Amino acid sequence: MYSPDQKFTGADRRRLMLALATLPLWPATPAEADDALVHIGLTPVFLDDQVSFLGRWRLWLERKLKRPVNFVQRGSYREIIDLLRRGKIDFAWLCGLPYIQHRNEFELVAVPLWRGQPLYQSYLIVPVNDSYTENIVELRGRIFAYSDPDSNSGYLYPQYALSILGEKPSTFFSRTFFTWAHRKVIEAVSVGLADGGAVDSYIWETLAELQPDLTATTRIIDRSPLLGYPPFVARGDIPPKALEQFRETLLGMADDQEGKELLKLLRLDRFTVQSPAIFDGIVQIAAQVGQK
Amino acid sequence: MSAEQSLSLRWKIPLRVMATVLCTAITVTAALVAWEYDQMRRNIDDHAKSLGRILAKTLVSPVLHDDVWRSFEILQTAHETFHDAPELQAKVVLITDAEYKVFASTQPREFPIGSNPANRGGAFAEFHSRLSNGNAMTQHIIESPNSPIYYVMSPLVADGLAFGHVILGYSKTSFIPRFIDLATSATLITLLVLVVIAPIFWIGAGRTGKPLLRLADAMRRAPGKIEESPLDDIPKNGDEISQLTEAFQRMVVELKTKQALERQVLVSERLAAVGRLTTDIAHEINTPLGDMLTAIDTCQRHGKGNDSLALSTLSQLKHGLTQIRHTVSALMVESKPKDQPFASKDVDDLLILAEAEAHNLGVNIIAESNLNGALPLPATLTRQILLNLLLNAISTTKNGGDVHLVVKSTSKNLCLTITNNGDHIPHEHINTLFEPSPTNGEPDRGMGLWIVYQIVQQLAGEIEVMSVPGNTTFTVEIPYGNTIRRPCLVENAEINER
Repeated sequence: MYSPDQKFTGADRRRLMLALATLPLWPATPAEADDALVHIGLTPVFLDDQVSFLGRWRLWLERKLKRPVNFVQRGSYREIIDLLRRGKIDFAWLCGLPYIQHRNEFELVAVPLWRGQPLYQSYLIVPVNDSYTENIVELRGRIFAYSDPDSNSGYLYPQYALSILGEKPSTFFSRTFFTWAHRKVIEAVSVGLADGGAVDSYIWETLAELQPDLTATTRIIDRSPLLGYPPFVARGDIPPKALEQFRETLLGMADDQEGKELLKLLRLDRFTVQSPAIFDGIVQIAAQVGQK
Repeated sequence: MSAEQSLSLRWKIPLRVMATVLCTAITVTAALVAWEYDQMRRNIDDHAKSLGRILAKTLVSPVLHDDVWRSFEILQTAHETFHDAPELQAKVVLITDAEYKVFASTQPREFPIGSNPANRGGAFAEFHSRLSNGNAMTQHIIESPNSPIYYVMSPLVADGLAFGHVILGYSKTSFIPRFIDLATSATLITLLVLVVIAPIFWIGAGRTGKPLLRLADAMRRAPGKIEESPLDDIPKNGDEISQLTEAFQRMVVELKTKQALERQVLVSERLAAVGRLTTDIAHEINTPLGDMLTAIDTCQRHGKGNDSLALSTLSQLKHGLTQIRHTVSALMVESKPKDQPFASKDVDDLLILAEAEAHNLGVNIIAESNLNGALPLPATLTRQILLNLLLNAISTTKNGGDVHLVVKSTSKNLCLTITNNGDHIPHEHINTLFEPSPTNGEPDRGMGLWIVYQIVQQLAGEIEVMSVPGNTTFTVEIPYGNTIRRPCLVENAEINER
């Protein structure tokens, strides 16, 4: 099944009710109450079905922020983007593409370092027993699996790859579908439902470590250039103090014992501040494909 | 006669009962197992149909929205395994769109997206033709005989139209291991129960057959050892075995009677044989006897009349010879029934004759007679009977004992009863009492009783003897009318033992 909604505990529910009750006051006043709920939207830029991990991370964040924290998960990037734009959530961990598309509306909070860099790639994968296909052009008229229409690695880049080869992405494949999570692109290709797919390299590499039997059923036939890693962003009208506090917390994760362990589970080095310029690559790709 | 048929009832009945029980058990078990098979199949069918309907409802939205992955994930739930009933796992599930092309399937390599499953033939082609015939809105089940999988097709319905279908494929044979387990358990339990109750049935069957066997055994011994057939402990409950037993016992009684009668016949035959022999001898004696009597007659008539000694001697000779003649003629089979009628005078004569003998032995004769007049019976023969019995009674009575004589004439017969209180005749000698020469070591009584017996037979009468210590009674009944019978017939010459 696709990503379930965040399960609300009783405590969460109470906090949410409290927050909703104070909602009209909260965004308007710069000096908000310290016990106001923080909503953080999460997307499948990481292995987001690890509920126990999320529980730990939430508790750690609550300890650090000294405020109640609520993770919000939805079925697609689009829903999270909308929530952020409407101010329903405060922060979100998004893909680079929605950030650059709404960079005027969102604040860049922090970018994780993965294998020492704030960069990652898009992998083009096929089933392992397909030993003939070597590049995307050979998948003409076949079935292709994307992850999310707002995903850089899972949608934008293959479209770009086709368009620079002179192909029309919308008609190149006989059939395409979205799996709404990177991990599920690998599953779809593994089982043969799709003849090829595009997946986040971080996800693929992490799964190769955690579930090698799954990734072993796929074969990487192409890798994109390095592009900006999915960042943590904030809504545009976030109070600067709140933004700063959250940023500091993320940056301080690697210096904290529990935080370090959480980062280790995520296979990330640390969170850092980066310039939006690291996403220029994605900007260019998007321009090429026509998605400014 | 086959080996099975010639087997004793002792084995046949229990074996047949056991065979019946076994057959019943096998039949019942087989029926239950077949029913269970049916139930399992029905279970799969029902499950497949209901799952088809549920899946169809759930899939309407994703399929309408062209959401391949979500549909795929829903299909995966149909793939879940049931630990207790592995046969309920679908082998394959696929969704077809309005053009009967694969939308998604649990086995994408077998059924790629966009392919036409009808190309595979078999059940899929059949489904397609049914759809073409306009039957898109109902659930279909297809079982092709040469495929181990049977398929259930359910329509995806929106707004009253079927815009696609979901097809579930189930293995026909995957429940068979579980079924075999069940059948084996059932068989083992049946065998166990049989083993436990078999001895009970065996014993019960044996008990049913036991009276029959005893009866058969008794029958086998008859007629030889007919005494040793104690069948009294067979319960008399009116069933066929009881009836058989009672009939058998009646037969035994009649057989015993027959054996007794046969013994009598044997005796009669012997006596008859002796009778014929003596008749011949009698004839031989009669001839010279006749000559002698004639000679005496001649001498009496034509001799000198003045020799008184000679005359009295001749008279005595004639008398004695005549007596001999009468005696001899009693031995003859064809005796002359016409004689003097027996009258009370004869009784008196006999008493006088016997008195001499009785007096010598110290025996008292007491006589009663109700004769008044003559009876239609030959006097000579009757006298002979009476005389011989009297003399016999006297000779066996001890000194000081009594001999009773009762002569009674009724309207139909003459009844003579001679009783003495001498030595009694042992039971085993009574059978051969009337034989001329006893062959079993008894003291020789002479021909007396034998002659009595012969005469009684000739006169169609009956003679009975009863002897207990202190009392021996001979009873003779001679009917009037005098039908002479052959001495070998059984009916009218009865020797009763008491």
